[in-house]
Amino acid sequence: MVTKKVVMDKTHFLIVRDVDYAFSDGKQILSHVTFSLPQGAFVALVGQSGVGKSTLLRIVSGLLRPFRGEVLLNGRSPHEADPSIGLVFQHDNLLPWRTAYGNVRLPLELRGENGLQAHERVQAMLKLVGLEGYADSYPAQLSGGMAQRVALARALVHQPSLLLLDEPFGALDALTRERMGRELLRIWQAHPVTVLMVTHSITEAVLLADEVLVMNGRPATITHRIPVPLTRPREENVEQTAVFQECVTAVRSAIQIS
Amino acid sequence: MFRSFRFLQQQPLWLTSLFSFGFLLLVWQMVVTWGKYDRFILPGPLDVWRQFQLVVADGRLLTHSLYTISEIIPGLLIGFLIATPLGYLLAKSPLAERFISPYLIASQAIPVIAVAPLLTIWIRSTYWARVLVAVLVVFFPILVNIVAGLRSVPQEYYELFHSLRASQWQIFRKLEVPAALPVLLAGLKVGATLSVIGALVGEFVQPKSQGLGFLLITARYQFKTDLVFVVLLTLAAIALSMYGFIALLEKRLLRWRDQR
Ligand SMILES: Nc1ncnc2c1ncn2[C@@H]1O[C@H](COP(=O)(O)OP(=O)(O)OP(=O)(O)O)[C@@H](O)[C@H]1O
Ligand SMILES: [Mg+2]
Repeated sequence: MVTKKVVMDKTHFLIVRDVDYAFSDGKQILSHVTFSLPQGAFVALVGQSGVGKSTLLRIVSGLLRPFRGEVLLNGRSPHEADPSIGLVFQHDNLLPWRTAYGNVRLPLELRGENGLQAHERVQAMLKLVGLEGYADSYPAQLSGGMAQRVALARALVHQPSLLLLDEPFGALDALTRERMGRELLRIWQAHPVTVLMVTHSITEAVLLADEVLVMNGRPATITHRIPVPLTRPREENVEQTAVFQECVTAVRSAIQIS
Repeated sequence: MFRSFRFLQQQPLWLTSLFSFGFLLLVWQMVVTWGKYDRFILPGPLDVWRQFQLVVADGRLLTHSLYTISEIIPGLLIGFLIATPLGYLLAKSPLAERFISPYLIASQAIPVIAVAPLLTIWIRSTYWARVLVAVLVVFFPILVNIVAGLRSVPQEYYELFHSLRASQWQIFRKLEVPAALPVLLAGLKVGATLSVIGALVGEFVQPKSQGLGFLLITARYQFKTDLVFVVLLTLAAIALSMYGFIALLEKRLLRWRDQR
């Protein structure tokens, strides 16, 4: 193991250094993946289907161990005891036997946090995502957009320092998707957290993120980092501005069509 | 025609059940009347009813029923208690599955009725030999359901729990138990009806002095066909109540499934 200096660096809150990954069938997926995120950033990750975005997210969350290289979250490995990560998948992944309230409460329960304080936090999260009236509804009774909001509330309830989103709105219709994007920005502003979000939509990436990472190749690596010089909060008609269009074009041409 | 079906569909379950049962009795009585069958071949509903009152009055039906129930319930419980941990092991450990499941599957090719005589040789107690036969019958379907239930837990749920650094025990209690419960209860429902068959097979092999199986065999030797019918209907009623009890349990435990 390489001896590492633990630096509490706000500009390198999440560090992914030289990460390689291969599945047990021997096929190498990631090669020399290196990037870092400053604390509080909102960064989007784009790339072709099957390039390895979800795999990278799983490595960052500590669900998979990299073959080589390292991941440091605030100077510590995500495998260490309390990584404080929130995770949202493409499908809401809510437990069907728990109500919206019960689902949001799960992370607190698993940490042994019970009692009034936990209850109030869950209520506050449901309110933040605009679902205070649906606490007792089961996932089957919620629409896709509502379920995804509950999943977002669940991912944030234990106040993680890193929020990982894997195509969180991929299963929603275009209109709901747009609304959820704006909603996510509102929640992020109310609830400062570093966000790494995988998305298939280039416009969504540019609309939401400070920076867009582009993955390419087989095995894949980060080939481009495209900054988004748009002011926050985003203006109402930001999609029509020239800067926005330039960013979209830059991201699109960075994704290689193989 | 279809309209009257729809009318029936709107009625409560107990009413339609009563209706279909009444219909069954009517057909039965008609067969007996027009076929002019001997009472020893096919007794009518009224003969069976009279016989029923007789065995209820002299207490025989209750005694034998309670005895059989006292074999059925431990049979189901013990089968469940053995199948659950074994099912968990099989679902969780590919190695265990490799070593154990060929024997489990092969054992299902041997009918219980063929093994039961062996058990009565090995086990001195008539009672426990019968319970064991019931255990053998219910064991496999419950096991299969537990394995299927655990295997059906989506990988993404595990990822969620792992990302929250849940302990094995938390994963078991808060994920695997609730996720496998629907399939497990379905297995228990099948097991409940099978346990009645199991106890009866046990009693046929060991027809000593007690139980509905004993009563059935005695009745047959005495050509009391109406008594045979009483026993059969009692067995059906017991199986139905067991099934109903677990269905009720299911309704309580899986309330979230009705919320659609
Ligand atoms: N468990 C696994 N075993 C072997 N190969 C896998 C496994 N999971 C994924 N892969 C392979 O790894 C590659 C990357 O998969 P990954 O899910 O990370 O892609 P992705 O970029 O998220 O794609 P998408 O945009 O379609 O979600 C794919 O080629 C896939 O076939
Ligand atoms: Mg993916």
